[in-house]
Amino acid sequence: MIEAAGLTKRYGAKTAVYNLSFQVRPGAVTGFLGPNGSGKSTTMRMILGLDAPSEGRATIGGLPYRELPNAPRRVGALLDAKAVHGGRSARQHLLCVAQLSGIPARRVDEVLGVVGLQEVAHRRSKGFSLGMGQRLGIAGALLGDPEVLLFDEPVNGLDPEGIHWVRNLMRRLASEGRTVFVSSHLMSEMALTADHLIVIGRGQLLADMSVKDFIAHNSAGYALVRTPDDPAQGEKLTAALTKAGGHAQAEPDGRLRVSGLELRQISELAHEADVRLWELSPHQASLEEAYMRMTNNAVDYRSTQDRRAGLAPMTEVVR
Amino acid sequence: MIELQALTKRYGSKTAVDHLSFSVRPGVVTGFLGPNGAGKSTTMRMILGLDNPTSGDVTIDGKHYAQLSDPFTYIGALLDAKAMHGGRSAYNHLLCLAQANRIPRARVDEVLETVGLTAVAKQRSKGFSLGMGQRLGIAGALLGDPKILMFDEPVNGLDPEGIHWIRNLMKSLAAQGRTVFVSSHLMSEMALTAEHLIVIGRGQLLADTSMADFIEQNSRSYVRVRTPQPEQLKDALAVAGLTPVEVEDGSLELQDADTAKIGELAAANQLVLHELSPQRASLEEAFMRLTAESVEYHAGVPSEAGQPAGQQPEGPSAPAWGAAWQEQQDKKQKKGKS
Amino acid sequence: MAAPSAVLQSEWTKVRSVRSTVWTLVAALGATVVISGLLCLLTNVQWKNIDEGGRATFDPTTTSLSGLILGQLALIVFGVLVISSEYSTGMIRTSLAAVPQRGTFYAAKVAVTGVLALVVGMSTSFLSFFIGQALLGSHNTSISDTGVLRAVFGGGVYMTLMVLFAVGVATILRSPMLSLGILMPFFFLISPILAAVPGAKIVARYFPDRAGSKIMQVVAVDDGRPYGPWTGLLIMAAWVAAALIGGYVSLKRRDA
Repeated sequence: MIEAAGLTKRYGAKTAVYNLSFQVRPGAVTGFLGPNGSGKSTTMRMILGLDAPSEGRATIGGLPYRELPNAPRRVGALLDAKAVHGGRSARQHLLCVAQLSGIPARRVDEVLGVVGLQEVAHRRSKGFSLGMGQRLGIAGALLGDPEVLLFDEPVNGLDPEGIHWVRNLMRRLASEGRTVFVSSHLMSEMALTADHLIVIGRGQLLADMSVKDFIAHNSAGYALVRTPDDPAQGEKLTAALTKAGGHAQAEPDGRLRVSGLELRQISELAHEADVRLWELSPHQASLEEAYMRMTNNAVDYRSTQDRRAGLAPMTEVVR
Repeated sequence: MIELQALTKRYGSKTAVDHLSFSVRPGVVTGFLGPNGAGKSTTMRMILGLDNPTSGDVTIDGKHYAQLSDPFTYIGALLDAKAMHGGRSAYNHLLCLAQANRIPRARVDEVLETVGLTAVAKQRSKGFSLGMGQRLGIAGALLGDPKILMFDEPVNGLDPEGIHWIRNLMKSLAAQGRTVFVSSHLMSEMALTAEHLIVIGRGQLLADTSMADFIEQNSRSYVRVRTPQPEQLKDALAVAGLTPVEVEDGSLELQDADTAKIGELAAANQLVLHELSPQRASLEEAFMRLTAESVEYHAGVPSEAGQPAGQQPEGPSAPAWGAAWQEQQDKKQKKGKS
Repeated sequence: MAAPSAVLQSEWTKVRSVRSTVWTLVAALGATVVISGLLCLLTNVQWKNIDEGGRATFDPTTTSLSGLILGQLALIVFGVLVISSEYSTGMIRTSLAAVPQRGTFYAAKVAVTGVLALVVGMSTSFLSFFIGQALLGSHNTSISDTGVLRAVFGGGVYMTLMVLFAVGVATILRSPMLSLGILMPFFFLISPILAAVPGAKIVARYFPDRAGSKIMQVVAVDDGRPYGPWTGLLIMAAWVAAALIGGYVSLKRRDA
C-alpha cells in the first residue's frame, strides 16, 4: 500500500504539492489524474524517494522508499521510458538493473517474454521505437516481481494492441493483489482501466473515490427511451414521466432523454400508461465529462506559479 | 480532397505501402488506423511529398504536393511534434514557416494564442514539455488556415483539457467543410472523433467505411435485457425462436436482435422490462477483430517495412500481443456460451 | 511555386534565430583575429631571432591572416550546422513540407549562408589584416602594396567558399557528427600533414584549402604549387561547386 500523509513540496516560493493525503490500496488499479502542472509527477517522485518532501511523508508499505530493504523487489516503476542508454541492448539493460538488486538473470528473460521483446532482446535500444521503449520500461518495472507498481503514462506510444495489452496487464496485476498506481491523461483509457481515482489540482487533493462514485458524483446519469413510432405514445409517456417528477427531453433521433427517474420507475410508468417500450437503456456520462465538470467547479487550478503549467488553456479557433 | 491511387513504397525488398487507394473527403473527420508498422506514417509522408513513392500516385485536389504554392495555406500537418530546432523560440519557429508560405506575421501571434502558448512564445523550444511541443506543432498546422489538415497522434502529451480541445477542434474544422485526416492509436479517442475510417495493415487497405458500418461489420452487436420476470421472458423469446444468453449479473443478452421486436414481445406477454438496451461493440473491439483476422499479419515475420531508415520495427513482438488477446476473446466467448 | 523572396526571408529567420549558429560566426572572427594578432606580435618581438632566409620570405599579409587555420574550423561548423541541424532535429520534414520545391529551398539556404559567410569573411579578413599589421610594427605592409588587397579580399572569398563547401558536404552526409567528423580532422590535420609529406604533396596541393589559400600569399614563394593565386581560388571553387551540386542531387532525390 502506498500512503501519502500531509505531503508538501515547495520549490522556493512555489508550492508544487500541498498537504496531500491519500492511500493507494492493493487489489485495485488506482488512477492518478490531474492537469499538467498539478503536481502529479512531483508526487510520484516523492513516493519513489527521488525528491524529498518539504513536509509530510510518503510511504510504501509503511516505510519511505529510501528505507525499504531491497526496494526494487518491492516496488516497480515506469516513469520515463527513454531513460535507457541507447548503446546497450534491451537484455543488457535489464540485466544491469537486475544485478543491481540481486535479481536472477533468468527473470530478465522471463519479463522480456511477458512484454513480447524476446526477439529483439539483443538489439541496441537506441533503435527502438517509442512503443518498444515503453515495453522495455514496463519489463524493468516487472523485473523484481514487485507488490507495488507505479506507471506514468504507460500507453504512450503504444499501438492499439499494446494499449489493450497494458490495460489488461494492469488489471491482472491488481487482481493478483498488487498495488497498481497509474498516472495518465487519457480519460477514455483510465475509464476502462481504473477502479479507484485520486484527482489532484494545483497540488491539492480534489477527489479520492471509486470511478463509479466519481462519475455519479460529478455527472448526471440518464436513460434513453424509445417508443413505437406513433407520436401519441411518446406524448403519453412524456406526460407520465413528468408527472412522476422526471425530466423528459426529445432527442433529434426520436428517442427521449429521461433524467431524474430510475430505469425501473420509467418501466413501471410506461406499463401503467400502457405505452410499449422499444428501448430502455441507461447512460452514464463518461469519465471525461465527469472530470471536466469536477475540475471546472474546483477553485481555479489552472494558473499555478509553475510557469510551464500556467499555459493558457486552448481557446476556440476564431474564424 | 486527398486521393491515393495504387500508392506503393518499397524499401529494398520490403514493401511498406502496398497499392493503397482511397480518398479522404472534406466535411468529416477521417480516422487513419492501423497497428505499428502498418505504413501509416509512410503514407502520410508521401502525401506531403517528403518520401517518393515507388509507384502509384497521391494528389491533393488533383495536384501533387510540390506543385502547390504556399502549401501551408492549403494543407497543414502535424506529423512529429518534436521535429523542431530546440535552440529556436516557438515564435521564431512559426515565423520562419509563415514567411516561407507568405503568411502574415500577425497570424503567428494568433495561432500561438489559439493553442495557449503566448506566454512562452519567446522561449526556446528545447525546454518545452511534450505537451507544449505538441501544441506548437498544432499551431504550425493551423498557421495557414488550410482547407486540409493532417494530424498524426495529435493527443500525444496533452492533458485532459487539451485532449478535449483538440478533439473538438478537429470536429469543428470538419464541420466547417475542411478535410481532416487523423492517425491515432487511441481507439477510445478515435471513436469519439472520427466519422469515417480508413484502416490499413501491413501496407494494405483493410477497410474504408463509415465508423458505424465499420463497427457493425467487424463486431457482433447484442441487446441487453433486464426483467423481474426472466423465466417468462425466456419462454416468450423461445416461442419467437430467440435464445438469450444469461449473464452473471442477472441480465440476458441476445445476439443481433432487434430491440423493438423484443419490446413488442414483452408487451404482448404483459412482461415488465427494466432495461432494453442495444449494445454496440467498441471501436477497439471491432478493430482488434479485423486485424486479428488478417492471419498473415500476425504469424511469422512482421511488416518491418513501415519504418523509415534508422528505426527498428515493432514487428517481432506483435504476434505475442495479438495472440494473447485472441486467446482471451476465445475464452470470453466460451464462457458466454456455457 | 514558392516565391524565392519568401523562402529567403524564411531562411534568414532560421539562421538569425538560433544563438549557437550566430556564435560560430563570432568564434570564427575571434579566433582568426586573435591568433593572427598573436603571431604578428610574436614575430615583431622575435624579429631579431629570425634568420636571413626567414626574413626574406616573410609575408606580413599571410601572417596577419594565419589565424584562419583555426578560424576556418568554426566556419566549417557554421556551414555544417546550417543544414545538418535540420536533419538532426527532424526539422527537415517541416521545412520541406513548407517548401516542397527542393531546389528553391536549397538555393535559398545556400544563398543566405553564403551572403552571411561573405560578410563575416570579409570583416574577419580585413580586421585581422589591419590589427595584424598594427602589431607587426615596422615589419608590416600596407594595403596599397602590390597584391595585398587581392590577398585580403581573397581571404574573405576563401572563407565564404569554405563555408559553402561544408554546406554541400553536410547536405550529402546529413548527420552533423559525421560531417564534422570528416571535415574537421581533414582540414585541421590531414590536409596540412599531407601537404608536407613528399609523395602526397603532389595530390595535396589540389585540396580545396591548399589551393584556395594561395590567394592570401603576397610574397612569392616557390612552394611547388603550379598555379597562381586566382587559379588556386578557382580550384577551390570547383571543389565547392562539386560539393554543392552533390548536395542538391542528394536532397532532391532522397526521401526527407
